[in-house]
Amino acid sequence: MIVIRNAGVLRADKIERATVVIEGDTITSIGAEPISNGARVIDAQGSWLGPGLVDLHVHLRDPGQTWKEDVESGARAAATGGFTAIVAMPNTQPPVDGRSSAIAAIEKARAVETLDIVVAGTLTKGRVGKEMAGFDAMYEAGVRVFSDDGEAVPEAGLLRRIMAYLGDLPGALVAEHAEDRSIAGEGHMHEGMVSSRLGIAGLPGIAEDVIVARDIAIAADTGAPLHVQHVSTMKSVDLIRAAREAGTRVTAEVTPHHLALDETSVDGLDPNRKMYPPLRGADDRAALRSALREGVIDAVATDHAPHSPAEKAVPFEEAPRGVIGLETAAAVVATYALGDDQRTFFDRMSVAPARIAGLDRHGRDVEPGSPANLVLFDPKRRWVPGTFVSKSQNSPFAGLELTGKVLATIHEGRISFEGGLG
Amino acid sequence: MSDQHTGLISLKGMSRERLEGLLDHAQSYVGSPVTNQLVGVTLTTAFFEPSTRTRLSFASAAHRLGAHVMDLSPDLSSTTKGESFKDTILTLTAIGTDLFVIRHWLADASEMAAYWSGRPVINAGAGKREHPTQTLIDALTLRQEFGHLDGLRMAIVGDISNSRVARGHLEALPELGMELTLVGPTPFLPRYNPWGVKVSTDLDEELGDTDVVYLLRIQSERGASAGIPADGGYGRRYGMSEERLSMLKPTAVLMHPGPINRGIEIDDASADGERSLILAQVANGVPVRMAVISEALEGTG
Repeated sequence: MIVIRNAGVLRADKIERATVVIEGDTITSIGAEPISNGARVIDAQGSWLGPGLVDLHVHLRDPGQTWKEDVESGARAAATGGFTAIVAMPNTQPPVDGRSSAIAAIEKARAVETLDIVVAGTLTKGRVGKEMAGFDAMYEAGVRVFSDDGEAVPEAGLLRRIMAYLGDLPGALVAEHAEDRSIAGEGHMHEGMVSSRLGIAGLPGIAEDVIVARDIAIAADTGAPLHVQHVSTMKSVDLIRAAREAGTRVTAEVTPHHLALDETSVDGLDPNRKMYPPLRGADDRAALRSALREGVIDAVATDHAPHSPAEKAVPFEEAPRGVIGLETAAAVVATYALGDDQRTFFDRMSVAPARIAGLDRHGRDVEPGSPANLVLFDPKRRWVPGTFVSKSQNSPFAGLELTGKVLATIHEGRISFEGGLG
Repeated sequence: MSDQHTGLISLKGMSRERLEGLLDHAQSYVGSPVTNQLVGVTLTTAFFEPSTRTRLSFASAAHRLGAHVMDLSPDLSSTTKGESFKDTILTLTAIGTDLFVIRHWLADASEMAAYWSGRPVINAGAGKREHPTQTLIDALTLRQEFGHLDGLRMAIVGDISNSRVARGHLEALPELGMELTLVGPTPFLPRYNPWGVKVSTDLDEELGDTDVVYLLRIQSERGASAGIPADGGYGRRYGMSEERLSMLKPTAVLMHPGPINRGIEIDDASADGERSLILAQVANGVPVRMAVISEALEGTG
């Protein structure tokens, strides 16, 4: 039994200062202080208690690149960041694109007891954008989220056939990395004032916009649901808003780093600030923040992309793309976007991503009978990230003061992280 | 010069006083006197992109200061066996380098080399970012020609997007009082204008107003030709010709960082005519680099 006292509890219709009792894997009571022997009692001192965070976008690098991260280290980083469920992207080596790779990944994921790891599959065989992946075999194994993350499906005709097919499979979701390779080329940072001044090849925002527009048209045409990964431009936000209003089934995510930083952050050519899509203009960032508040962007997702220190200690243009995000996501979102609004914070960090991934044991309001997947988060605690539990350290937030810290994480009634408790 | 100990990597943010001090120092080396002020110093030129005038004028400048020069020719060395840039720099440091002169296709190659080696580095051309000694050479050449830089109007014509020379000029020449205009077809102009300078697609409209026409080469090795059709129309729209020479002010001059493509951005009459400062630019390469080399080593013991 775990008893959490003095928490700001996220209930269905209100936020209430209360005591929450967890027995087994379930919340059994809220309100009255129980008298119990042997209970683990946590004094929350007014911190936020809500459903455990859910990340739609994580790269675990396992199998194939386990010097960067593996399932176990990624799971520890996730619990440290307040997550109780994550979606693992399929761009492993080999990629998850058929029966055997899906079954192997799912077995490995199930062995982790501190976190629910949802295995995603690719949209195309080998993730090379040529032909459909083994959808039926993966679906039968339990895969529901499909993405070629890292690349968009290059041809509209192929994506249309994929969405028509997956549209028939209940719960299946097409998640797209929206970036037109023919426009993005070999760019390294947002095409804007900073790239212009430094003479570094740019990644124009329109490379994203044209794919979002295309994919929305295909989603409307096929009726299949579309999820736009790591939205980064103002124009994409406008396209998604218009599609929603027209009744198209489209959801979207944004990363913490795109909410917090903009192109001026790469002026010093720090490889730990290099990622795709790149940090955009200040106007894009402002549009992302307001779209997240409004709910036009449903969810925050980290795009946790570990690379070893040696891999990142190279010239900017040669550095691999991607930054880690699991351990700082909640703090960054609170600091830069939603720190004053507990309801919206949990809606975007847990409720919506759980719904998008089809996870019914996550993203639930804290009520008696709900599964005990919870996070205790102090929105006022200031801290400076330094080193990380992840095998990799490529965070753009190292050394920056953040406001808001995960105190403890509870997965299926068991404490998976408590390093933030005083 | 972001820092005395890191040589000369960028002109960005350098004060007018500092820039003029460098030009004065360079002027004192005109005539390229032989000195012994750097006897015992080893300078390594490491050029990861082809170069004739820059590499040779750095070597000549170093010799005239009494320094020993090591030259890495990447296409003949272990870099063809896949030795990384970092390992190459560490190796050259271990052999004994007091000062690096580096040209590389990466924008931050000089910073990285300085960081890895702990030695001062002179940037001899980094990606499309900057070529600071070329900018100083051109400023010195213009100061010799006009007696001052204040108020001079320069039209930089051509493939600005791919030009490190243009970016170096944009960082330093306005600080020295010059007014810059970027001229070229839209695919060659930077999409964003962080310098706040005038941008034009019509060369003929600019010619009557300019003191310096600064012509750039089309950099097909950086993919520039992909932005324009290959039918030769560029030369007709933006090439310097006898007809365009007649549209210039009587005092106006032509410059080009080289190598020139005769018949494309410049015709023979323009390149070899009396308005051309092209060879004066080349001649100033050695004194400017003597000044930069000697200042790069100040304060490093």
